[in-house]
Amino acid sequence: MPSANAAARAQGPYENVVVRQRSMFRQIVDRLVRNRSAMIGFCILMTIVVLCLLAPVIAPEGYNAQNLLEKFLTPSLRHPCGTDNLGRDVFARILYGGRVSLFIGFASTLFAAAVGIVIGLFAGFSGGAADNIAMRFMDVLMSIPAILLAITIAAALGTGVSSAIFAIGISSIPIFARLTRAPIIQLKNEEYVEAARSINAGRLRIMFGHLLPNIMSPLIVQVTVNVALSILLAAGLSFLGMGVQPPSPEWGAIITSAMVYIIDHSYLVTMPGIAISLTVIALNLFGDGLRDCLDPRLKI
Amino acid sequence: MSTALLQVDNLKKYFAVPQGYLHAVDDVSFSIDKAATLGVVGESGCGKTTLGRVVLRLLDSTDGRIVFDGEDVTHVKGAKLKALRKRMQIIFQDPYASLNPRKTVFQTISEAMSINGRLSAPEIKKRVVELMDIVGLAQRFVNAYPHELDGGRRQRIGVARALSIEPEFIVCDEPVSALDVSIQAQILNLLIDIQTELGIAYIFITHDLSVVKHISDNIIVMYLGQVVEEVASAELFSRQIHPYTRALLSAVPVPIVNYDKKRILLKGEISSPVNPGEGCRFAPRCDYVQDRCLEEGPELREILPRRLARCHFAERFA
Amino acid sequence: MSENILSVRNLTVKYISRETGVCHAVNDVSLDVKKGETIGLVGETGAGKTTIALSILRLLPMPPARIVSGEIYLQGEDLLKMPEGGMRGIRGGRISMIFQDPMTALNPIDRVGDQISEMIKLHLDLNNAQAAGKAAEMLEMVGIPSTRFNDYPHQFSGGMKQRVIIAIALACRPELLLADEPTTALDVTIQAQVLNMMKGLKNELGTSMVLITHDLGVVAETCDRVAVVYAGEIVEIGTADAVFEKKSHPYTVGLFNSLPDITGERKRLLPIAGLMPDPTALPEGCKFSPRCPACGEACTKGPVGLRLESGTHFVRCLKAGQ
Repeated sequence: MPSANAAARAQGPYENVVVRQRSMFRQIVDRLVRNRSAMIGFCILMTIVVLCLLAPVIAPEGYNAQNLLEKFLTPSLRHPCGTDNLGRDVFARILYGGRVSLFIGFASTLFAAAVGIVIGLFAGFSGGAADNIAMRFMDVLMSIPAILLAITIAAALGTGVSSAIFAIGISSIPIFARLTRAPIIQLKNEEYVEAARSINAGRLRIMFGHLLPNIMSPLIVQVTVNVALSILLAAGLSFLGMGVQPPSPEWGAIITSAMVYIIDHSYLVTMPGIAISLTVIALNLFGDGLRDCLDPRLKI
Repeated sequence: MSTALLQVDNLKKYFAVPQGYLHAVDDVSFSIDKAATLGVVGESGCGKTTLGRVVLRLLDSTDGRIVFDGEDVTHVKGAKLKALRKRMQIIFQDPYASLNPRKTVFQTISEAMSINGRLSAPEIKKRVVELMDIVGLAQRFVNAYPHELDGGRRQRIGVARALSIEPEFIVCDEPVSALDVSIQAQILNLLIDIQTELGIAYIFITHDLSVVKHISDNIIVMYLGQVVEEVASAELFSRQIHPYTRALLSAVPVPIVNYDKKRILLKGEISSPVNPGEGCRFAPRCDYVQDRCLEEGPELREILPRRLARCHFAERFA
Repeated sequence: MSENILSVRNLTVKYISRETGVCHAVNDVSLDVKKGETIGLVGETGAGKTTIALSILRLLPMPPARIVSGEIYLQGEDLLKMPEGGMRGIRGGRISMIFQDPMTALNPIDRVGDQISEMIKLHLDLNNAQAAGKAAEMLEMVGIPSTRFNDYPHQFSGGMKQRVIIAIALACRPELLLADEPTTALDVTIQAQVLNMMKGLKNELGTSMVLITHDLGVVAETCDRVAVVYAGEIVEIGTADAVFEKKSHPYTVGLFNSLPDITGERKRLLPIAGLMPDPTALPEGCKFSPRCPACGEACTKGPVGLRLESGTHFVRCLKAGQ
């Protein structure tokens, strides 16, 4: 080849070239570590998760150990969050309850995200009738208030953790479907998609390999927000008796059962409330940081 | 059977729009020999980009025939279409939009090979490095993302991607329009070198007449979906037959002060490609328009040996 | 001095940001624009052409931009020392700017006639009817029938929009027109129409013009003088005749050698090696030295000043004329 590329030609043999995987995960982690708000959120969240996981160690007596002689004790060293109307340690109940709440929050969100993203991808990419049918169905789902929808589903499936997850998950599907579809419609006409088609990339490869990575940022932020929302929704379900059943603790259930005593023993409500708020704030901080870190165009 | 690598006959592509049909490509025929370059030149809205997409089968044609290497590929599907795509490639105009921002240089160049080839991972790596050498990309960029590179380097990635599965034919859709002149010259030289070395045929789509003159063997000039003039590159610039081609050439600013030329300023602007009427499509802007032009659309015909033009009065200008 | 409408003296502009450091966008640029003259600023993307124009109108985003030093005189008045209120009277009134992209420079929800009369009302003491009348006159002047006064921008093609923008820019008869790549987004036949019209109007109104472009052909056709800009510096300046006839700076020569020749024989292009330097880390000495085929030892040492080539033709090169 003539002179134009002589300089490039003089390069070393290909064996010396290191193809770094630079996987999404590694990069994100690298950047996350340097992102202050994300790290604060992450630390708070991890503290909560670890505490909840270690509940049997921290509170070996369990969440349901009653001691009627010690009811309505204000927070102290022995009972950091006080005791409730049955003399149960509120801190222990929050720890055990957190396991349920967080599990419902994450599981229902992951379920909703998985289904919603796939629906949104196919609807947005295919367009036409398939898009119309799928999105009108999503509109119908969306037009029903989440709590009503969850109640209906929970009523049909019976109470319990798994039906709560399913009920809450379904009500979040439309958000993910819409959030996926809108940018897909815009991106599917990009030249790099056409380029992918011209090298024989199939539909699935284009959808999941080319398009999805480009729209992940808002979706991941939505996941963190949605976990928080799901935790709140689960609490609402419990309050209405359609979610997790007593005596199984769940943050919402703890709050609702304490509502009666809110005037005289407000700590019964505020303590689990603080747990919920902290989790939601931590998730949002983490989500915002994550969004920034997910964009390879950002130089940090 | 001729030796043409690609033969296009009466190709049409209409898009349905609310008012009727948009005639993006209307009755276009041409052929390209192996290792030759056909320049497609025209202004925005003339259908040149659509033409490239239809030839590549990225869009389906409305009517007409595409023959590639002796085989009618107008309607091939499935495995045959996949096989065809390996032999035809495209280089895009915008080096920003045509690269996936989430993929590294290596991922972008190697993808076609991992989809289409039977190469092992080390073989692919070897080939990627080889391709980067061919297009003049330093090895240190192998893990870079597009946003870390300038326009010229990005366009080199686009070229490498197109070359990766060893096509025989590449549609270059305005590959240098978005680049500065000094970078444009580098990429043009690169494309010419690649053609000389690998014997690839090009359709070179552009609005830039000096670029098309520089790179093409034959040129077709398009106006509103139709070919108005077809001619060997060198001859076009010495004499133009169709009034549009003349005006187009006279409009190009030449970087010579006090360059002596007669400028033909066209009236008005390109008319709508939706439901064009019977008459000559250039008639509304033509200085030489006659009654006949408004009633009857001219055919593309041979005015001089190997010189085609679509004008009733072409002989007058020849 | 008095005949100069605009005098830019030693203008230096930097963009300062914490992430990317200090970007040396414009370095010690001096430029005179005489009455009725068209001067072309030629250079590639990122050379600092637009920054120069925006500095003249004081439209740079500050921060990150900062005008470190220099003066910009509009008929003897230093624009950089003028209070913001005074600048408002100058922008669109005595100096107008035309931007590159006609698609985004017009407000899509306003009638084009109203957009022109708004400009007129801002600067001239006219009532609504008078302003509308003048706006209609301007439309006719740029070749658009005044019956389209009440149309919206989306009803116009790209070339027509650029005409409307020119009508807005010229509505108040500015002394100076800054045109930033006014025809780059247009097709060649439309570009020819618009350039022709601009030339005619400029002569008719006696406006001076700074034309920013990357197209040497456009410069050859429209400019009296030309300044070649590279890495924020003027590397060559002179009459268009002189610069095109006797290209003296290696960068200018490189630009011309990169152009495919439409008039002559086909020959291999000779592009400039390498890339434009990173404006946050400009090379020592001559900024073009890393890419220059004639680079000598002295070129990389100290700063290189503009040197007289002949007449009014200046070149920033130690090797020029050798």
